[in-house]
Amino acid sequence: MPDYETLTHDVLVIGAGGAGLRAAIAAAAEGVSVALVCKSLLGKAHTVMAEGGVAAALANVDDRDNWRVHFSDTMRGGQYLNNWRMAELHAKEAPDRVRELEAWGALFDRTPDGRILQRNFGGHKYPRLAHVGDRTGLEMIRTLQDHGIHQGIDVHMEYTVLTLLKDGDRVAGALAYDRERGRFKLFHSRAVVLATGGIGRAFKITSNSWEYTGDGQALAYDAGAALQDMEFVQFHPTGMVWPPSVRGILVTEGVRGEGGVLKNAEGRRFMFDDVPENYRAQTATDPDEGWRYTQGDKSARRPPELLTRDHVARAIVREVREGRGSPHGGVFLDIAWIKDRIPHAAEHIKKKLPSMYHQFKTLADIDITKEPMEVGPTTHYVMGGIRVDGDTQMTNVAGLFAAGECAAGLHGANRLGGNSLSDLLVFGKRAGEYAARFARANSDTRVDVAQATRAERRALEPFERKAGEGPYQIQQALQNVMQENVGIVRREAEMLRALAEIDALSARAANVTVTGNREYNPGWHTALDLGNLLTISRAITITAIERKESRGGHFRDDYPNKDPEFGKVNLVIQAGPDGSMVLSRVPIPPMPPELAAVIKEMG
Amino acid sequence: MSEATFKVWRGDAQGGAFQSYTTETSPGMVVLDAIHQIQADQANDLAVRWNCKAGKCGSCSAEVNGKPRLLCMTRLSDLDLTTPVTVEPMRAFPRIKDLVTDVSWNFEVKKRIKEFTPRPPDAPDGTWRMQQSDVERVQEFRKCIECYLCQDVCHVIREHHEEKEFIGPRFFVHTAALEMHPLDVADRVPDLKREFGIGYCNITKCCTAVCPEGITITDNAIIPLKERVVDAFYDPLGRLVKIFSRRA
Repeated sequence: MPDYETLTHDVLVIGAGGAGLRAAIAAAAEGVSVALVCKSLLGKAHTVMAEGGVAAALANVDDRDNWRVHFSDTMRGGQYLNNWRMAELHAKEAPDRVRELEAWGALFDRTPDGRILQRNFGGHKYPRLAHVGDRTGLEMIRTLQDHGIHQGIDVHMEYTVLTLLKDGDRVAGALAYDRERGRFKLFHSRAVVLATGGIGRAFKITSNSWEYTGDGQALAYDAGAALQDMEFVQFHPTGMVWPPSVRGILVTEGVRGEGGVLKNAEGRRFMFDDVPENYRAQTATDPDEGWRYTQGDKSARRPPELLTRDHVARAIVREVREGRGSPHGGVFLDIAWIKDRIPHAAEHIKKKLPSMYHQFKTLADIDITKEPMEVGPTTHYVMGGIRVDGDTQMTNVAGLFAAGECAAGLHGANRLGGNSLSDLLVFGKRAGEYAARFARANSDTRVDVAQATRAERRALEPFERKAGEGPYQIQQALQNVMQENVGIVRREAEMLRALAEIDALSARAANVTVTGNREYNPGWHTALDLGNLLTISRAITITAIERKESRGGHFRDDYPNKDPEFGKVNLVIQAGPDGSMVLSRVPIPPMPPELAAVIKEMG
Repeated sequence: MSEATFKVWRGDAQGGAFQSYTTETSPGMVVLDAIHQIQADQANDLAVRWNCKAGKCGSCSAEVNGKPRLLCMTRLSDLDLTTPVTVEPMRAFPRIKDLVTDVSWNFEVKKRIKEFTPRPPDAPDGTWRMQQSDVERVQEFRKCIECYLCQDVCHVIREHHEEKEFIGPRFFVHTAALEMHPLDVADRVPDLKREFGIGYCNITKCCTAVCPEGITITDNAIIPLKERVVDAFYDPLGRLVKIFSRRA
């Protein structure tokens, strides 16, 4: 039996994006020893890509804002499938979490009286997003990183976790390999926080990097934890569509927050054509009112471009399908037009949206201060994930916690822009704190080396197979299957076909081979990630088949309307005793009267 | 379909050589796309770091035709494709494998720089007031994506390997961001002189030239820090004032 190099800590945090860093900082502040492992170098995680801002009801720009408005906006955006306790905690605690970043050195853009400036974003009633131009995520991750490195956290960069280790019903640590040498290392702990982010690589067109292969969701599932709401995948309405090599790269919603408008090939602002019932009272009825809203006129209502992402993405798909799309299969996003309204518009755009200007100029030869961008939906975020307790972020596996994108609950059926950055701060901190407390309150765990050995053996099998295919072809095939059959518009027959394809791809993945050796071998890493991708693709597909209605990010062509019965349940997935995926409908507990009153009050 | 040939350095710490790969090109393609295509079709184990593929994370730093670049922001249309394009790892750092280098030194350097230390809050609710004009100077430095191309190109590191006594342009920018932060009250000037080797920089501005974020590293960060060091250690008038004020 191999003798693993073993590191022992009270708390192991897996993932070093915003949620993982915030969790590690919180756990260290509780006085326990903390290890942080991440797939990439520190500071490169997907949080760095977040552009528009972090949502918090600071009320610096509009004093009508408060936690109750933010809570009700989040619930409305999530079509009431949210874990209301998480939505409540999030709305109440986000302002303190943002102010805390300032105490750690973050420099947000300022209001004229020197406070943190806030901008408009889809689904938020008032200007609520604290931001730094359009590079808010970079500011946040760097602030957390630069603060975190002085907190005594034991950081392990470029390590990937293969499996969670169990001690009876408790989690006891994890087995990981390092990319550089391909060596295995055993992390022994009393508590584990998963903060691994999303699943975007299951789809062909995505804003996510190679890292987002559903690791945390799959690790948790394999360890006996429940997943929830996996059918709710967010397709961000505005990704780049041209040239082909940049397809899917994100174009921030901040463009629309600053006054950018969506137009079809006929030059028509099609978002005015279909405003959903539950947003009608909050939405501008003409372009002029919409413009005034983006410029801070408190009597104006928001333009339809700032409706929730699920709705905007579907409207774009409709325009393209009905033949009114742009030359490369998207629609036009125009910010250049504001030159008709304000002086020095080009400078203003470069100041407010510097990285968008740079991105289009460099990658697409487009000057966004002069011409419109071509945009279309891109797989961006998963609302579903690991089912957790709203207060502690603990899963149904003792000692196993989850926070940020890999956890479910806060966003329900659709996430509002800006709520992911506040999510990872609020629940990263909570997960870290409660994991530390759990570690202190519970006895040490025992590591069963046999579990690690099994995982190691499985991981090395691709080197030993003589015949078989490479990992990239299988990954690309899976991405095509999910993109075509379980994408923005879903139908039962296609999804059943996807399930059959996933079975076939699982068989192919079991026979994958890799070339070369264990040292920094991306082919091997891709082969190892396949298992996680297949697990979460299956989870997404079977929950999407089960939810026979359209709600939030989940749109069924064969069931285009909302079904009130489905509005009462979360779909939960867990591994059955025979290893099969078991799906159940779990009723959402009734909201306490004080929260129900807030929803009612906000209309 | 047109094609292009890439000479990619393959090897590890022990050594290696350039290998040629020919792959199809498509409109708008960047060098990282070509590397990925080669990886998927011809060399599954070709090692390269990348994450965002949008110039925001600073992972895919390498040298294209001898120039330090982000692979994801280098378009094929800006290169001469009639001859092979060379792609090799950053030369200033120890090699791990293929295009991947050991940049861990940078992470160690950062820990040595005194962390952000704010003045007491301005308002009773624990918040501060800062004007946009005051934060903008520092926001320029905070655009840094830590790609380390400036470290790669800096001759003090690249040729003279003064890593023990010199922190490099990236960390002068980091120090400048802290020193010029409107709220920060810590003093890093003695460290700049004694520990961080700011005197080694002779302002050739190579770092500024390669910065993918367009940060004016030399003029806006390094020179003002050098001036602070001069003011603190070499200003005779200032020294007299200090001596007398101490007596008083």
